[in-house]
Parts: sequence; C-alpha cells; structure tokens
Amino acid sequence: METEILYNNFKSEEYFINMGPQHPATHGVLRLVLTIDGEIIKKVEPDLGYIHRSIEKMCERDSYQQIVHLTDRMDYLSANINNEAVCLAVENALQLEIPERVKVIRTIIAELTRISSHCLWWGVMGMDVGALTTYFYGFRDREMINDIMEETCGARLTMNYNVPGGLMLDIHPNFVKRVKEFVTHFKSKLPEYDRLLTGNVIFQKRTKGVGVLSREDAISFGASGPVGRASGYSCDVRKHHPYSAYDRVTFTEALHTEGDTYARYLVRIQEMWESLSIVEQLIDNIPEGEHRVSTNAVIKLPKGEYYQKVETARGELGVYIISTGTKNPYRLKFRSPGFSNLSLLNHIAVGGKIGDLVATMATLDLVIPDIDR
Amino acid sequence: MSYFSEIYKGIKTLLTGMSVTGKYFVTSRKGAITQQYPDNRDTLKMFDRFRGEVIMPHNEENEHRCTGCQKCEIACPNGTIEIIWDRGIDEATGKKKKKIDQFIYHLSMCTMCGLCIDVCPHDAIKWGQNFENSVYDRSTLTRVLNKPGSTLMQGVED
Repeated sequence: METEILYNNFKSEEYFINMGPQHPATHGVLRLVLTIDGEIIKKVEPDLGYIHRSIEKMCERDSYQQIVHLTDRMDYLSANINNEAVCLAVENALQLEIPERVKVIRTIIAELTRISSHCLWWGVMGMDVGALTTYFYGFRDREMINDIMEETCGARLTMNYNVPGGLMLDIHPNFVKRVKEFVTHFKSKLPEYDRLLTGNVIFQKRTKGVGVLSREDAISFGASGPVGRASGYSCDVRKHHPYSAYDRVTFTEALHTEGDTYARYLVRIQEMWESLSIVEQLIDNIPEGEHRVSTNAVIKLPKGEYYQKVETARGELGVYIISTGTKNPYRLKFRSPGFSNLSLLNHIAVGGKIGDLVATMATLDLVIPDIDR
Repeated sequence: MSYFSEIYKGIKTLLTGMSVTGKYFVTSRKGAITQQYPDNRDTLKMFDRFRGEVIMPHNEENEHRCTGCQKCEIACPNGTIEIIWDRGIDEATGKKKKKIDQFIYHLSMCTMCGLCIDVCPHDAIKWGQNFENSVYDRSTLTRVLNKPGSTLMQGVED
C-alpha cells in the first residue's frame, strides 16, 4: 500500500523533446518530435518539409532530358540509380531498343553506387553507435569509387550520366582498369569491416534485438530495400523485376529473418559482397557497340501512364509518369524508399530508449532529400 | 561463468578491432588517400571530364565556334545560359546572319548537369577544370564567355 502511494506521488510525466532539424544523428534536416516518459520513447513523430524543393512540380516544367538531373538531388547517395529509373521509364514509354553495352555499363555503375552508398552508411552507422573510426575507413574506400565516377561521369556525386537513350559519354578508357583495381582493393578491405565493427561485443549489444520489425509490418508499412529484407520480406526489384543487365548475372538476395537493427546491418554488409560479385561478372565482358541511341531533341511521350521501379541502395524507387503527349509530363510521382522506411520508425522505436532510436535510424539509412524531395 | 566468458569475449573483440587500427597506425603512410589540397595546387590535376565550369575556347585569332543557335539555352534547366544575339552582315556572302553578341553564363545557377555541352552541335562550349569559384560578390559569377571582339571561326557552320 505504501509503495503504491509512493508511486502515485511520484508519477512521471510525459514530455516532448525535439530531435533535429539540426542534429548529427538525423543526417540531414529531419525533425523528430519525441514523446518521452523518462527515457522511454512513447511516440516518434517525424516532421518533414525542411528541405522540400518541389522536385515533382519542377518535373512538370522540365523536358524529359532535364528531369534526369533533378533526380540526382533526391537520393544523392544513389544518384546514378535514380537517373537510371527516369531514363528507363522514358525509354520504355518510347519503346527504344537500348544497346547491350549501355545496359551493362549502367548495371556496373549502379552497383558501384550501391557499394559507395553502403560504405558511407557503414561509416555513419558506426559513428552513430559511438565508433568514430569506422567513418574514416568507410570514406577511404568510397573515395576510390568517387574517383572512378569523376573520371567517367565528370562528377563525384551528382553525375547526371544517364540520358534517355543511353549514356551521355562512353566510359573512360581507364574505367575497366580502375574498377578492377577497386574490386581487388575492396575485397581485402571488406573483411576488415567485420573485424572492426561486426564482431564487436559493444556494437552487438547496441544493435541486437533493437528496433525489431516483423515481416507482416514490413509489408504493411511498405518497407523496401535492406529494411524489408532484414525482416524476411523478399523485395529485391533486381531479382523479381530485373531491369538493365540484372537478368544475366547471378546473385543471392540477402535475406535475414530477425528484423532487428543487427539484421539490417548484416543485410547491407552482405549486399556489398553481392554487388562486388555482380561487378566482377560484368566488368570483363562489356559488349562493344554504341553508348547511346539517338532520340528526338524534343522527347514527347505517347499519351498514357508509365511506371518503372528500380532498386536503389535504400530500396525501391518508383517513377510514375502521366503523359498527355506533350514535351513535359503532366504529373510525375516518385515513390521514394526513404519515405516509407521512415513511416515505420514510430512503430519500431516505441518502447525503446533514445540511444536505441539513434541506432535504429542509422540502419533505416535515411537520406532526407529523398524523403522530402 | 558467463560473466567471465563475456569479459573474455569483450577483450578479444576489442583487441581484434584494435589490431586493424593498429596495423594502420604502424603503416599510416601507405595507402593514404588524403590530398593536401591547398598545398598541392601546383601538381593537382583534375580528370579530363571533370565538370568545373562552362568555358568557351578561343583560338589565337580570337575566334570561337559559337553560332548562336541557342540550343544550349533551351537545353539548360535553370536558365543559366543567356545568349544575346543580333544579325550581322556576313563578309563572305554579304547576307544577313545570326551572330552572338554576348554569351552570358550564370555560374551561380549552374548545376553542372552537362546538358548544354551535350547538345552543342559545334563543340563551342566545353568543361573547364577550374573549381575554385568562391568570391565575395555573387555578381562576379555572372560571366560573358565570348571574349570582346571575338568572331566566329571560319567553316564551323558547314
């Protein structure tokens, strides 16, 4: 009885705390309004719009060639895959025959982009749970990919290398040599990642059993990419709806069933190995031929609706174009992976601590410009 | 018992991780990718395709290759390129012909998408390698790319 009175007298109160928009763990201008009881999270409300640039509206103004460069600025870590999505959508609508060379080069560059994105994620993930060293190791290996991109595409991050009909330029003569160098380099460095972080007891205690997402919830929240696959939801677009050259390579879809932060971590590490193997399979036999099919200077899509989805480093990116037959799309909608992955944050973070929220957010791998567009 | 095994496991993984960092501590000079940027400016060479800024190459006789077709102006998504043109008398044929007066390039609006250079039929504009563009006044980023008194190179339009 006495303890009950004591408990009632010291009843805790819920209070609100802002995480972001300027917070190092949110990796961008994402504001989370946390409802907290003590240190237990009761509710997470993401507040978006701090970096909204109305890209979808701008697409209605631009021609189809111009749209491509805007997608660089959405998910800037997988810029090339975003470009590919728009180009594939336009090419499918025009029913263009794309040369094999273009398909293979696009796939190689997409996989390199995926590795570079996961490298950055790995470094940041370690930093979020308190291991600053990983940041430098991840960026070291990412630097090599950035150099490859700079030599071939001209830019390190926002390349705008794909155009409707192929590639803006043919690959640089050094491309194959540099990619091979990178593959051998990264194969020796990737085990270091495991030794440094994966096996670490502190890291495992921070991540195992944290932010558990069941398979049913993953599907109902529309999770995609490594987040969905860590919950046992087989959702790899490359596997189920192959585009470009993914139908001719063999790779296994990284699937885990635990659905916790650690499983999401393992899925991404495994994906880096798979991406390396895809690059290895394709790099030796890039077919000869044209790097670009000529299109009309003014591209007009036939009247109708077109949808194309690709697998970016974060999940499924969908491009939905409604055309009325003019040179601009009537409406262009991006189904971005980050937005649906963020939507489940409230579901998996409730009941945990703030420190766990940071670890959970790190493995959701949110890129805020992708969410806000 | 599990208490001690956890301590053992913790120390073991700690040492495994430190062996990785220790290796780099000893061989820190090998494989360093950090560039000492402001100090290496003399030797720093960007890649050929590096997109620094749009330039218009001129030859020794102060001639450029731009015919003023305005394809780049139309291709640009941001209104970065502005071409002011008029009709001059072509000396060879005596007919009226379009020629550029000013090729204005707003670097501050440029997203380096490369569509203008991709679409140019005469290779009149190219990527420049310069990337040190920080200035005190934004208006200095608006440039006129054709040099004063420059003319169209012979034989470009054929």
